[in-house]
Amino acid sequence: MKLQLNGASIDAQVTTLAELLVAEGFGGAKVATAVNGTFVPALARADQILNAGDAIEVLAPMQGG
Amino acid sequence: MHDFYGTTLANGFMLGTAQYPSPAILANAFKRSGASVATVSLRRESGQDRAGQDFWQLIKDLGVHILPNTAGCHSVKEAVTTAHMAREVFDTKWIKLEVIGEEDTLQPDVFGLVEAARILSEDGFQVFPYTTEDLVVADRLLHAGCEVLMPWGAPIGSGLGLNNIFGLRAMRAHFPDVPLVIDAGLGLPSQATAAIEMGFDAVLLNTAVAKAGDPAAMAEAFATAIKAGQLARAADPMEPRDMAAPSTPVIGKAFLV
Repeated sequence: MKLQLNGASIDAQVTTLAELLVAEGFGGAKVATAVNGTFVPALARADQILNAGDAIEVLAPMQGG
Repeated sequence: MHDFYGTTLANGFMLGTAQYPSPAILANAFKRSGASVATVSLRRESGQDRAGQDFWQLIKDLGVHILPNTAGCHSVKEAVTTAHMAREVFDTKWIKLEVIGEEDTLQPDVFGLVEAARILSEDGFQVFPYTTEDLVVADRLLHAGCEVLMPWGAPIGSGLGLNNIFGLRAMRAHFPDVPLVIDAGLGLPSQATAAIEMGFDAVLLNTAVAKAGDPAAMAEAFATAIKAGQLARAADPMEPRDMAAPSTPVIGKAFLV
């Protein structure tokens, strides 16, 4: 199904957010996630069902002032 | 003196981690600064290069307190969501809350700031709000649950120093027991000294160090300046006066006219 991952269109054959993270190379990474603008805690990713058109944000530590 | 939500910091130096020429220079700047807090952010990660993971290791190795920010957020919802994501990634209740209201000055949207501060405080966050020197806004932030205030010295990245000395001095006098941090706008160590001499508990800066020709040397200069300000404050400075007062004794002066 078509998804938006960090602003880019992707085609992913996954059911949950947890599966998407593994499929897209984020396995084991220190990241935080949101779906359609709503924070999804790490413990809830396996239960977060994705639907076509969902916008997923995967954020990681970065330089800041 | 340096107590922030029950955490006592070794000094009043909070240093940002952005805009350094290289990770090695960033690490060296922190080493020479002795800063007790590092500000960090969250940005989109790539599953291919996973750049954020290397940065996170570098930050952990600094051995300082981590203060994540909500930089770039322009709405309450955006800031609150970012704060929740930061709390999970950085495993801290601390959040440097920024709700930006205007692009040219990066002035905080103080209305959104108060609302976001209330939501996050009720959710257990320990909020460090990036605000102005406005006393009414400051009072609202305290009522919203903030126990620290961070007024700007000048617009972020401007290096202009302390734009409103009167306003900042009034803020310090009005809230004598609230930890106050000058956040943003400092360009020179002397400005940090002035802030600490005025009674501010800490300064938070980034660009002045990161964009210096020698960031590590500038970091040490700021550390020394902050120390000077603390010593001067503790030494109880003299009161200024309008008229001259001779320092050399007048009594006993020869009559040579």
